[in-house]
Amino acid sequence: MLRAALTILWKDLKIEIRTKEAISAAFVFCVLTLVIFNFALDTNAEEARRLAAGFFWVAFAFSGVLALNRSFAIEKESGCARALMLAPIDRGAIYVGKFAANVIFMFLIELLVLPLFMIFFDVQVGSSIGWLLLIFFLGAVGFSSVGTLFSAVAANTRMRELLLPILLLPVTIPALIASVEATSWALGAPIEVSFWFKLLVVYDVVFVTACFLVFEFVLEE
Amino acid sequence: MDTRGMRRGILPALVIVALAVAMGMVFFYAPVESEQGIVQKIFYVHVPLAWNAFLAFFLVFYHSFRYLTTRARKHDIRAHAAAGVGVFFTTLVLITGPIWAKPIWGIWWTWDARLTLTLVLWLIYVAYLMLRHYVDNPEKRATLAAVVGIIGFIDVPLVYFAIRWWRTQHPQPVIAGGEGSGLDPRMAATFWTCIVAFTLIFMWLYRSRVEVQELEDDCAALGGAAREGSA
Repeated sequence: MLRAALTILWKDLKIEIRTKEAISAAFVFCVLTLVIFNFALDTNAEEARRLAAGFFWVAFAFSGVLALNRSFAIEKESGCARALMLAPIDRGAIYVGKFAANVIFMFLIELLVLPLFMIFFDVQVGSSIGWLLLIFFLGAVGFSSVGTLFSAVAANTRMRELLLPILLLPVTIPALIASVEATSWALGAPIEVSFWFKLLVVYDVVFVTACFLVFEFVLEE
Repeated sequence: MDTRGMRRGILPALVIVALAVAMGMVFFYAPVESEQGIVQKIFYVHVPLAWNAFLAFFLVFYHSFRYLTTRARKHDIRAHAAAGVGVFFTTLVLITGPIWAKPIWGIWWTWDARLTLTLVLWLIYVAYLMLRHYVDNPEKRATLAAVVGIIGFIDVPLVYFAIRWWRTQHPQPVIAGGEGSGLDPRMAATFWTCIVAFTLIFMWLYRSRVEVQELEDDCAALGGAAREGSA
């Protein structure tokens, strides 16, 4: 099962390295969101620093949906979805492979946006970089857990790409709140943070497990 | 009249009687609340609607789960019916809530834990209904919807805790007293009567939706058989 999952992960990474479609689209969209925030809200430097964590995660949530949409859309377009279903492997392995690929993509998008975010909002990261990376990772896992499952769900509908944000964003609200609060804390806001880390970890564990268990039903033909 | 027809007649009759009694109690028996005045009467509609909406979403979860284990179409029909009535009730909760909040709190909306949870639930189950709308194959629709019905329901406690904790860290408008505090016995009696009445309404709407869907299935099956016979 692990080998099958690694093969699928490697396949997705190779596609992304060659085309750079998902990450570049998500990155540009993320930058656009930050620019639009700047014009829409016209904040001064101090307000911008206070709201920075919120801006970051909103931009990430919307651009992450773009990348997740690609996850199963490419399988459908290329006919690879059928090949995956015919393959004599555990359906769970497909989920694990796709999920791992999505976590890596999400995390890369976060890393790419971070320098811009520091420049636009004049945020000092400094010594809290370790905490920030941990939060980014936990957030990426939470977002990708349900995101991978719902990407497969949305790919099976007539609406395709349009349906994913509508399905996904309400369900990720706990992870988003926790990520925003933890990020604010890492950037120096006086917040009692332990609850948010616990919530993020619980969210990740609960949804990775639940999505892994129900994934096999989504792939049926 | 067959037993199904009997039941079909009894439930609406019960609903009408229970609703008449409940509304009579709301306006003529329960005392007017001393601080909030007449506006507080919306409580007798608002809270029973909310409770039944939660009941509905639990039914969506239960039947989604049962569908994935049994593959019986009746569970898909029930999950769909419950989600439809649940979204309808949640919409009413979200309309009656601000009508109550405006004169009491001075604002239409506050990001209070229960209000926000209700709104998030509404979003999750509207998405569930939209998903059903955009899948043509009935079996595929049932399976995908069941998956979303289960994941959505697992999310509910996490959303609730996240919002509650978030609230403690952000400034909020002052909200005086919980609604359960020191309820007058006549108010309590009225409240529980309303709960019964609205639960009956829920059951009636839910049963009707299930029956309509079953009749549609019967029609489709008969149509298919007729086409085969003539061919």
